[in-house]
Amino acid sequence: MSELNSMSNQAPESPERRRFVGAATAAAGLAIAPGVMLYQVAHGRPDDQPASSAVRWGMLVDSTKCATGCNDCVSACSTENGWTPVAESEHPRQAPQWIRKLELEDPLTQRETNLPMMCQHCAEPPCVDVCPTGASFKRADGIVLVNRHTCIGCRYCMMACPYKARSLVHEPLNDTQKPDVPRGMGCVEACTFCVQKVDRGDGNTACAEACTAAGHNALLFGDMNDPESEISRRLRELPTKQVRADLNLNLGVRYHGI
Amino acid sequence: MAGKIKSLLALGAVVLTTAALAWAGADAPAQANGAPKPVITKAVKGEQCVEDTDFMRRNHMKLLNHQRDKTVIEGVRTKKHSLKECIECHASEKTGSVAAAKDDFCVSCHSYAAVKIDCFECHSTKPQGPMSMHPLNAETAHYKHKLAARTTSEASAEEMAGVAQ
Amino acid sequence: MASITFREVEGSSLKYWLLFGFLGLFVLFGALAWNYMHHYGHVVTGMDNQIVWGLPHVFAVFLIVAASGALNVASIASVFNKPMYKPLAPLSAILALALMLGGLLVLVLDLGRSDRLIVAMTHFNFKSMFTWNVFLYSGFFGLVGVYLWTMLDRSVKSWSKAAGTAAFIWRLILTTGTGSLFGFLIARELYGTAMLAPMFIIMSFAYGLAIYLMVLVAAYAWTGRTLGDAVMTRLKTLLVVFVAAVLYFVVVHHMTNLYFAKYQAVEAFILRDGGLFTTLFWVGQIIIGCVAPLVILLSGLGKQRAWIMIACALVIVGGVAQMYVTIIGAQAFPLDMFPGLTEQSSFFDGEVHGYMPSVPELFLGLGGVAIALLATTFAVKVLRLLPVSLDDATVAKLEH
Repeated sequence: MSELNSMSNQAPESPERRRFVGAATAAAGLAIAPGVMLYQVAHGRPDDQPASSAVRWGMLVDSTKCATGCNDCVSACSTENGWTPVAESEHPRQAPQWIRKLELEDPLTQRETNLPMMCQHCAEPPCVDVCPTGASFKRADGIVLVNRHTCIGCRYCMMACPYKARSLVHEPLNDTQKPDVPRGMGCVEACTFCVQKVDRGDGNTACAEACTAAGHNALLFGDMNDPESEISRRLRELPTKQVRADLNLNLGVRYHGI
Repeated sequence: MAGKIKSLLALGAVVLTTAALAWAGADAPAQANGAPKPVITKAVKGEQCVEDTDFMRRNHMKLLNHQRDKTVIEGVRTKKHSLKECIECHASEKTGSVAAAKDDFCVSCHSYAAVKIDCFECHSTKPQGPMSMHPLNAETAHYKHKLAARTTSEASAEEMAGVAQ
Repeated sequence: MASITFREVEGSSLKYWLLFGFLGLFVLFGALAWNYMHHYGHVVTGMDNQIVWGLPHVFAVFLIVAASGALNVASIASVFNKPMYKPLAPLSAILALALMLGGLLVLVLDLGRSDRLIVAMTHFNFKSMFTWNVFLYSGFFGLVGVYLWTMLDRSVKSWSKAAGTAAFIWRLILTTGTGSLFGFLIARELYGTAMLAPMFIIMSFAYGLAIYLMVLVAAYAWTGRTLGDAVMTRLKTLLVVFVAAVLYFVVVHHMTNLYFAKYQAVEAFILRDGGLFTTLFWVGQIIIGCVAPLVILLSGLGKQRAWIMIACALVIVGGVAQMYVTIIGAQAFPLDMFPGLTEQSSFFDGEVHGYMPSVPELFLGLGGVAIALLATTFAVKVLRLLPVSLDDATVAKLEH
């Protein structure tokens, strides 16, 4: 305060000084602008901006790096999103699983493959087509979600999903939900690409973070629409497949090594 | 159409509630003061709600409904009218929740008004972090710092005005 | 053309009230089952994240399919101008409404959030077959209701044919919609085919008529009214055609699938290796539901009323078995996400999913059946739905 007062007591600034300040500001602006853009890319959009269709979130799963017996992505998802791990559930058969590890084996060659399976965030999601109330929807940035305010628990989406990616919450959750991740009995749920983290600007999902932390680097999350993004670069380099590509659903999750 | 149905439902609810209250009143003269008044605890954090108290009492549901669609469908995450922020401030000091005990902020009024809400069938009734009510908690500290910053800036603006005169 | 006298059933006997109470008891059980499931969640059912539609859907879809089929007798009278069927039409319409009510209640009460029915009535996604069905079901109530009105009220009788035709077309679209609930699903091998729509229509003809016949015979026997053999023979012959057509569709469906290598695993599951589902298919759907009724109805046994009733009951039992195989069997077979590879996971990938229906599910389903029959029992008491006599002489007069 006193500083401000003392400043206002000073004589008017000289024109030179003004010009210098202006030029400096402009220069600083030029220098900062790319930084601001980078910041926005890295830290997501401002709170008041809706998700943009310029972005398409996607994930690359490199099954050649996915370790046998490792369950870190699943645990991380359960911790981040507040669903009980199957092993701890009282009703494992009916417990929701947002992500699960699949172990594949070719009966002819005995070649084994590991990969996580979750919502594939289709561009043409069958669950969205069949949902009677429109509770199943695809967000502008490609994330397929369930609006629990309008989900009536008919489970038609679960019938329609070719990846068995969705679960119904079969029992009361008794206020164990995370503040950022509402979930409720009688509603259907699935992987959200950690939408709460994406909107916060983390630019990554809990499963991918955990996979990287474990040193496997099998999961890479990013904007598939941005040609400069890490995921786009890797997708250009690696041969990848979509699961059940015959259905032509244009998936947000691409697998390498299957 | 939906609006019409809603207003019809609302009308029905009002009529039924009035009838029920009249009936209850007639039937239980011992309870001269009627149902126990809701306990409205002042928010633990902050001085003033995001809107006027009177406005909030009448319209919080409209704000929340509007915000929920913006957030879920579009991904707009502004804090001002978000349920999560309501809970941040209004969670009770005792239970750490807005709906765990019958005196907690949301439940207290809603049971008095006999308006059933299903928010907390899916939403957590507690603020983020188990110790968030603790003054030394990072979350709270962060919030206090923000509040402090706002107060300071407002005060300084006033002083500036004073100086200008 | 001779006129027919319709009269309410007396409905004051002890037997009537016993029937009423018996059905009411099952409605109560159904309500309790719903309350239990709604309170504790679907965790108390046999359903899980693999078998997401269970026994309640078997009952619900069966009742809805049978509902549209029960209207057929009325349609034959009004749309195809067969005077002999005219006296049978009002019961046909009320049974259609009652079965639809029962089926819809089961469907709706099995929702994860059955308390949010209003959401289903105010939020629509018109790409969803379910949404279409919401309108088809409501329209069915409206059209059949109007149709029933034109049959019961002489002042609007001239509209009967128009209303009957509208209801007939509507019910065909409705069953197309019901079949397409499954036909429009890409994920599972046994669904995702246009076959399901016409197959469900022909199944509705058979199931609806079988239920209609049983209710008709019971109503006449229990009220001491005369029901001649002329009516029975006509309806019996019709049932033969419908059941044979069902068998035809089922054979064509599975034969087509067997031709495609990608469907051979799932066909092997249903036809050979599926345990309970294989048994239900061969014994329930094919033998009990199709072959045995055909043998009974086409042989000399079909001349005896008791045997016709047995054939009808078999068609109904076979129909429930068919729904079980169609709805649950198709879900029990694992999704083939990686063709040619074996899959294993904590989510039961790559293995056949077990399903053991729980008691509340069964009672919820039976509650739907009970409410349909209860509504019919009540309707014949308060409305003039049943002709006083359907003896051969009365019926013969109609034909001229």
